[in-house]
Amino acid sequence: MPLVFAGTANHAPGITSRREAATPAQREVFFSAYAELRARLERARLDALVVVSSEHFTNFFFDNAPAFCIGLAEAYDGPSEDESFLRIAKTTVPGAADLARHLARAASAEIDLAHSQELLLDHGIMVPLHLLVPQMRLPIVPIIVNCLMPPLPPLARCYDLGCALRRAMDAREERIGLLAAGGLSHWPGTPESGRLNLEFDRGFLHDFLANNRQRLIRHSDEEISTSAGPGGHEIRAWIVASGATEGLIGEALCFEPIPAYAVTGCVATIAVV
Amino acid sequence: MSLYHVQKLLFHLNNVPSVRRRFDAEREALLAEYRLSDEERRAVTHADVGKLHLMGVHPLLLAPFAGRVGLRWPDYLAALRRAREAAGGG
Repeated sequence: MPLVFAGTANHAPGITSRREAATPAQREVFFSAYAELRARLERARLDALVVVSSEHFTNFFFDNAPAFCIGLAEAYDGPSEDESFLRIAKTTVPGAADLARHLARAASAEIDLAHSQELLLDHGIMVPLHLLVPQMRLPIVPIIVNCLMPPLPPLARCYDLGCALRRAMDAREERIGLLAAGGLSHWPGTPESGRLNLEFDRGFLHDFLANNRQRLIRHSDEEISTSAGPGGHEIRAWIVASGATEGLIGEALCFEPIPAYAVTGCVATIAVV
Repeated sequence: MSLYHVQKLLFHLNNVPSVRRRFDAEREALLAEYRLSDEERRAVTHADVGKLHLMGVHPLLLAPFAGRVGLRWPDYLAALRRAREAAGGG
């Protein structure tokens, strides 16, 4: 079986670290959407989950900043953040190493992918895993996108990576899921933290659900920085998911502004089978 | 100015426990191993996050550093705002 599940969601640390800071109504909408995504993921009976997230100075720095890096390890430790802060227990998540090697090899025909046998998982991957596969037993293939240290990979290149991954996944026997985590507009670590750009978020989500490649990749980096903040560059993870589900229409499970989490709560899924 | 080296130091402080221990135990010796200007060394030594913000240190390096040195989140944000205002940036 090829790709059988695709989902996208926020990964802001506030989702777990200050869960109660959102209003009860916001929590109901947002966590219900995450629960629905989890139910669909479980129904897909996955053998492995490819998780696309962004770099946050956890694994890479300005001395060595790959555009895309795929994990080839048998296991991954996380979260890198203090347990007392993120409120997710330190654990070891199994890696789908054989699948990862296949994806790296196959996708490399089209995209230059860095690879690593040791990646730490930060909130970018651990927050969604905590909400979707809390037992942390589903083997994963992490893919880290440089959304942080310019020059960043062009949006079109992120879409192409998704297309290449899809072809590589479809050649496999396993039931594979794809989860892209990050965004949308946010200003992490700055005095503007908590600011949201609903117009940007709504527009991007609209283009994402329609899988409108032309509109998804039209944003310049300057425009993203201005309109969606430094964290807005994490739309790259979503665009990888769009490439992997080219031609398919998505479904929004949630669009809820939650300033306490510093993001608009966005959860979506694309029916791929 | 050597923004790269200031950020490298913060990256190590945030991610490498042994560097963190040395920051507490022998700060001067640790900082001497990084190519910092006097102004940068002072800003890191005194955890002057407002100054480091104005120097252009990335917020995702600065915010965890602030946490490590015991600065509460509202105080961190206030320090950044004060520094911007003092610099005329509003």
